[in-house]
Amino acid sequence: MTVGFIMMCHTAFDRAAQVARYWGAHGAPVVIHVDARVSRHDYMALGRQLADLDNVSFSKRFKCEWGTWSLVAAAQAGAEQMLRQHPDVNHVFLASGSCLPLRPVAELNDYLAAHPQTDFIESVTTAEVGWTVGGIDMERFTLRFPFSWKKRRRLFDKYVALQRRLGVKRRIPGGIVPHLGSQWWCLSRATLSAILQDPDRATYDRYFSRVWIPDESYFQSLARLHSTQIESRSLTLSKFDYQGKPHIFYDDHLQLLRRSDCFVARKIWPKADKLYTNFLAERPAESVAEPNPSKIDRLFSKAVERRTKGRPGLYMQSRFPRQDHENGKTSAHYSIFQGFSDLFENFEGWLAKYVGARVHGHLFGPARAEFAGGAAMFNGCMSDSATLRDYNPRGFLTNLIWNGRGERQCFMFSPRDTQDINWFTATDPNAQISVISGAWAVPLFHSNRDFADIRREAARLQQIEIDHLNILRSMYVKARVRIWNMADFIENPMEPLQTIIDEISPRATRRLTEAPQMVDLTGFGQFLQNLRNQGMQPRLMGDFPVHGDLLTQPPRRGRPYLVK
Amino acid sequence: MGLRKAIRLRRERRLRQWRGFRKRRQLKPVANRTGQIRPSDVIVFCTLRNERVRLPYFLRYYRNLRVGHFIFVDNDSNDGTRDYLAAQDDCTVFTTKGSYKAAAFGMDWLNHLLRKYGTGHWTLTVDPDEFFVYPFCDTRPIDALTDWLDTYDIRSFPAMLVDMYPKGPIDAVPYREGQNPFEIAAWFDAGNYMISRNSHMQNLWIQGGPRARIFFADEPLAAPSLNKIPLVKWERSYVFASSTHMILPRGLNRVYDAWGGEKPSGCLLHAKFLSPLTEKVAEEMVRREHYAGSREYEAYSARLSSQPDLWTKWSERYINWRQLEILGLMSKGNWA
Repeated sequence: MTVGFIMMCHTAFDRAAQVARYWGAHGAPVVIHVDARVSRHDYMALGRQLADLDNVSFSKRFKCEWGTWSLVAAAQAGAEQMLRQHPDVNHVFLASGSCLPLRPVAELNDYLAAHPQTDFIESVTTAEVGWTVGGIDMERFTLRFPFSWKKRRRLFDKYVALQRRLGVKRRIPGGIVPHLGSQWWCLSRATLSAILQDPDRATYDRYFSRVWIPDESYFQSLARLHSTQIESRSLTLSKFDYQGKPHIFYDDHLQLLRRSDCFVARKIWPKADKLYTNFLAERPAESVAEPNPSKIDRLFSKAVERRTKGRPGLYMQSRFPRQDHENGKTSAHYSIFQGFSDLFENFEGWLAKYVGARVHGHLFGPARAEFAGGAAMFNGCMSDSATLRDYNPRGFLTNLIWNGRGERQCFMFSPRDTQDINWFTATDPNAQISVISGAWAVPLFHSNRDFADIRREAARLQQIEIDHLNILRSMYVKARVRIWNMADFIENPMEPLQTIIDEISPRATRRLTEAPQMVDLTGFGQFLQNLRNQGMQPRLMGDFPVHGDLLTQPPRRGRPYLVK
Repeated sequence: MGLRKAIRLRRERRLRQWRGFRKRRQLKPVANRTGQIRPSDVIVFCTLRNERVRLPYFLRYYRNLRVGHFIFVDNDSNDGTRDYLAAQDDCTVFTTKGSYKAAAFGMDWLNHLLRKYGTGHWTLTVDPDEFFVYPFCDTRPIDALTDWLDTYDIRSFPAMLVDMYPKGPIDAVPYREGQNPFEIAAWFDAGNYMISRNSHMQNLWIQGGPRARIFFADEPLAAPSLNKIPLVKWERSYVFASSTHMILPRGLNRVYDAWGGEKPSGCLLHAKFLSPLTEKVAEEMVRREHYAGSREYEAYSARLSSQPDLWTKWSERYINWRQLEILGLMSKGNWA
């Protein structure tokens, strides 16, 4: 008792011949189907190469076009020939010319001998498959497909749409429940001959010859009628990507293939010399392992995910998502602090102490990008030049977050800085934006500039901050936004600070023990009144009494927002 | 695309083809071995001038990737480049005394040769200091990539220019003939690239790297473009529009995914900052045959004397293509 192979070939005949020789020489009969479109010259050459093997034969040739009945007809012809000419064959294995046996024939024979009545054919009802291309699954069986999908896509689609609108439905012959699955199967002699000798075969053939991609459904559906024991998986390791194209194996997959313990793999790159020499070499049959392709599955599903989703927050030469299709505008969480560095002395230093993060100064400051620690350059060779940064501020930010992967980035912001990123950060779910509105006035309050200048500058900064706050209060915001006015914030700074810091590092149980040092605000109320007297209306600071200053409360202990 | 725009782009494409055709007589064959080209060969196209020292490694590198044939345009070299190339079995060499600048920086010549010899082939258009790196290039030859691209009907493949530089002054370590240039120029900038989309040609415009950071920090708009599409399955109707940065028809420039996914891409390691650069800059300053009034060379000569070290402590040392992939400079896409 042995396994017999049907090989469907249309290119790379040298490789096909090599594999057929391997199988034939190891006692497994091979029936080769060569596409009728292949030139006579190539066909004859293949025949000559294998002439010395008497268990390798050629079956009737069909013109095979992808997704059509011809593929099933060719497999039927091959199977009939196999069953007729080789009575010792107990299982028939459908393979292609780009298949490669990964384990000795004897191991496959042993495996099949242990499962004599089992049919290895992936066979799933249409409701459960997720891999159909073009969104057509059940309709494969109920519509008609006279036009080629590959060559006449427009006509194909139009005709499908027309049939859908008219509500045309083909009747499925009695007894058949449509199943789909990989076209590479291994059926027992009993099941295969039952399918081929079914008294209703003519009806089924007529029906399936008009089904779309019948090679994925003919044997898969009919095996359900005749088989006593279906193992719904293919013995051929063959993975398809999201466009329905088979993944290809190369020399560097050697170890992965070896460890997969699969019997046959497809599709092999014809020039993968190392794979062919390694797997077609003489080896003792010793392993009884079950096929385990999970590692390869993972490799390929990761590849598909990379192609369809990509790495979040990465902008590069072959990934440049348009707005709102970024799948991650940035690659990691980051925090923006507006007004904090104006209100507190050395806020950056204080923050760095409490959060495990990289705390930058004003990255978008007018003079330069103030990287953490006053550095002139950041990871990835990012320059601190304001001109370079402002040439593409959004790119600067996404680069910074990408280059700082693995470490949370925090930076200061103010109305004095480049504002071009405001919409971007407001709509980025990775951003945590905390604003103390009006705090930009504190440096002006401390400056010795001419008051007319100060008034003009205050009006300008206030307008910029109002515009920014309007963005932060719009309905499109995806960032985690918190806004306090200055008066409210200084009344009780510890509670908001604790909230922000808990959000940045949620697992840190460290309590804030010391408040950042607030700048001296004596006379700030009078300063605001002076601005008012000069005709400018400071609107963002909240209520500061003109005389007598707000007293900051001592920091409270315990988590104030925690309900016990 | 509106009709008017389509007409404009078509006219531009035709014009470039015509320029190439008109300049064909400038090219004198030195060694024409194009008869040897097999239908499945990947062909390298290259314009050069006085690159004799770099050639042995260049040829070795690309032969190693299983490139089938080389077609060179020699722009009046006087250092033996022409004879050296003419003696190679897999090289076809044309020579010209024509102006590099007047020939659209060599593109007119190459467009003509690409059309004549490249049609139907995968063509790789590179400079002699550009080394093509693609996913799995250490284990899979270039025809593995092109075969794969064929199964997906992809006709063009991007490879961004990555400027490589040595640690210390550029001219400190002399380059020996046959040496891997990246033993000396082993460093690069990993994450300071600025990208925008060019709606006219639909390509991405990438700038950045050491050249932007050092020579063009005050004038980023003038920083050199780094986006390139060197690997193309050539058709008669194709034409490079501006070096290999852009190609027409413009659909070939859509080598990036706009819906969040990653298409496969490679890199061109650029061994420009390698001795003898100072001499070369001096020569080019006299010849004035380079792009945008040799603006780039002016910037180099101004800075090279005062600050010759491009290296910083954030520079990344080149290891292999996987490193470039992890850094996000290139991608495997769905090739596994």
